[in-house]
Amino acid sequence: MTEPFTIFTSRAVPIPAENVDTDQIVPARYLKVTDKAGLADALFRDWRFEEDGSLKEPPFVLDRPEMAGRRILLVGDNFGAGSSREHAPWALSSWGVRAILSTSFADIFRNNSLKNGVLPVVVDRATHQRLFELLEREPDAELTVDLAEQGILLPDGSTIDFEIDQFAKRMLLAGTDELGYLLSKEPEIEAWEAAHPPRIDSRVGAA
Amino acid sequence: MTVTAPRTIVDKIWADHVVTQDPGAPAVLAVDLHLVHEVTSPQAFTGLRARGLTVRRPGQTVATADHSIPTTDRSLPILDELAAAQVRQLEANCAEFGIPLHGIGDPGQGIVHVIGPQLGLTQPGMTIVCGDSHTSTHGAFGALAFGIGTSEVEMVLATQTLLQRDPKTYEVRVDGRLTPGVSAKDIILALISRIGIGGGTGHVFEYTGSAIRGLTMEQRMTVCNMSIEGGARAGMIAPDDTTFQYLHGRPHAPAGADWDAAVDRWRTLPTDEGATYDKAITIDADALEPMVTYGTNPGMGIPITSRVPSPSDQADPGQRRALERALEYMDLEPGQPILGQKVDVVFVGSCTNGRISDLRLAAGVLKDRHVADGVRLMVVPGSDEVKREAEQEGLSDIFKAAGAEWREAGCSMCIAMNGDQLSPGQYAVSTSNRNFEGRQGKGGRTFLASPLTAAASAIAGVVADPRRLPGIEAMAAVGGR
Repeated sequence: MTEPFTIFTSRAVPIPAENVDTDQIVPARYLKVTDKAGLADALFRDWRFEEDGSLKEPPFVLDRPEMAGRRILLVGDNFGAGSSREHAPWALSSWGVRAILSTSFADIFRNNSLKNGVLPVVVDRATHQRLFELLEREPDAELTVDLAEQGILLPDGSTIDFEIDQFAKRMLLAGTDELGYLLSKEPEIEAWEAAHPPRIDSRVGAA
Repeated sequence: MTVTAPRTIVDKIWADHVVTQDPGAPAVLAVDLHLVHEVTSPQAFTGLRARGLTVRRPGQTVATADHSIPTTDRSLPILDELAAAQVRQLEANCAEFGIPLHGIGDPGQGIVHVIGPQLGLTQPGMTIVCGDSHTSTHGAFGALAFGIGTSEVEMVLATQTLLQRDPKTYEVRVDGRLTPGVSAKDIILALISRIGIGGGTGHVFEYTGSAIRGLTMEQRMTVCNMSIEGGARAGMIAPDDTTFQYLHGRPHAPAGADWDAAVDRWRTLPTDEGATYDKAITIDADALEPMVTYGTNPGMGIPITSRVPSPSDQADPGQRRALERALEYMDLEPGQPILGQKVDVVFVGSCTNGRISDLRLAAGVLKDRHVADGVRLMVVPGSDEVKREAEQEGLSDIFKAAGAEWREAGCSMCIAMNGDQLSPGQYAVSTSNRNFEGRQGKGGRTFLASPLTAAASAIAGVVADPRRLPGIEAMAAVGGR
């Protein structure tokens, strides 16, 4: 039950590192929470903060004053590798990120993001390069992310088209979640279970 | 009767578990076994309560505490208040929803990917999920097993199903035979060093070939465990007699006539002759050396006698920057040998290499030897059962006599959530699965390697080649201290 994903315009934060893993996005010591709140402070924690909790000098790109409120990240290849921790998209979402642009995403991270209203957008290598060049030339360039049209509108009026799983698109646009969809399949699940008895009972012999 | 096209094991398990599929939508895939732990489940249970839902199939669900728990004396309370609260919440959630829990103090406690196979819950042909990326471990039994996020944990708790797109397949053929001193861990580190950490994205690995057939179940688990480090959510090995022998007689394995029927069914699972894969790679086991990582992801691995690569040799600017950054973090020089690099800590354990056969390998190296001065060696069994077994076999005595710490079961320094961690700047040889920046403690530096290499390095005090045993002590003179 997330907000419907609507068209939006934002400046972007460039993070050119490749293979950014989920341990960088949220270090493991922040996984002891039992809710989803407050994870924005853990986002890229060890890239942003010194041991004593003060900001690094110079600050990591996210903490530059002009980056506040930006909702798009432009990141290097294979973003989100590693752990299945959904804390990574929770932290990104709670910082305000709505879309991430890269050449590729790790599978579990991509799935987790889509369930939290964070849109992973895959672009080809040439476009990726062009976007980094654009942000270097015009750091305050505004991009418009239009999920319905599957396009990103650039300041020069050109559009980058992107592909997305049509089911995921429908869910994001409607703001409905997959659990609701699965619950609507109750009759089918019941029929399947009737025909396929469970192969184990974990309760047997357990304390 | 129609003749079906040759199918892979993935195709077969997939077809067996599709509940329904709307046009254009992912399949609703039935889940046979759901493993739960304290770190990725609390928000899922909260979600269930908020919607007034219950756990659909508690008998196909099993929980344990492993990630955030201490590996010190279990009779003492957990000092970390957050970790303690997380464990209490798991206990309360399991009690409320009727999920069997192998928690602290239970003889079945252990790392979630160690206890599933140990209890015989992990079986061929199953779909298995867990809110943990190393769920790929269970693929060693010919199960389709993969990690999921917390939203999906909630979906599986509520419906015992998941929405999934059918994966592409990737054959990893390992032919030949491993030479002495080279182990299962070296196979998987070699694979990832060749294809990179995104190489398997969107695919399921199927490991085939004579070298894979020659592995024990525990060795197969080590290989499948790190499939995710190559980007594949799952990795599988078709079941065979080795699989059946391992399972027979385990607490949750079928028994009597059910056993025979199950084996007949499992024998139909292997990939058919003539089935095709979307991608393939072949590795020659005879040519493999012990592997060790030098950088900050598991793809940055080299044969142990090689030198650390130079950024200037990287044609791609992105890869050059990544390597420069990794070497800066690791404080290693381009072109330096990795052998002889000093080591502060050695960690033997984790869901990758925390099983009894891993501990036997390490103990074999450490017997009648002692860890080098100034080196901390931690041996953390993968489960309480592994711990008891190691104590009965006398392995724990060997570890203690060698100067190692012998601890309680858990994830420990693999993920460093529980206080078992490196200090900034320290170097560790670790049998775990990730060498990301800060993974084993903020500022800590990890060399991933096999239990043999880890034990040899603990004795030498530097990264050491287990093939140089006996006489490994002389390695201490190579570099470092």
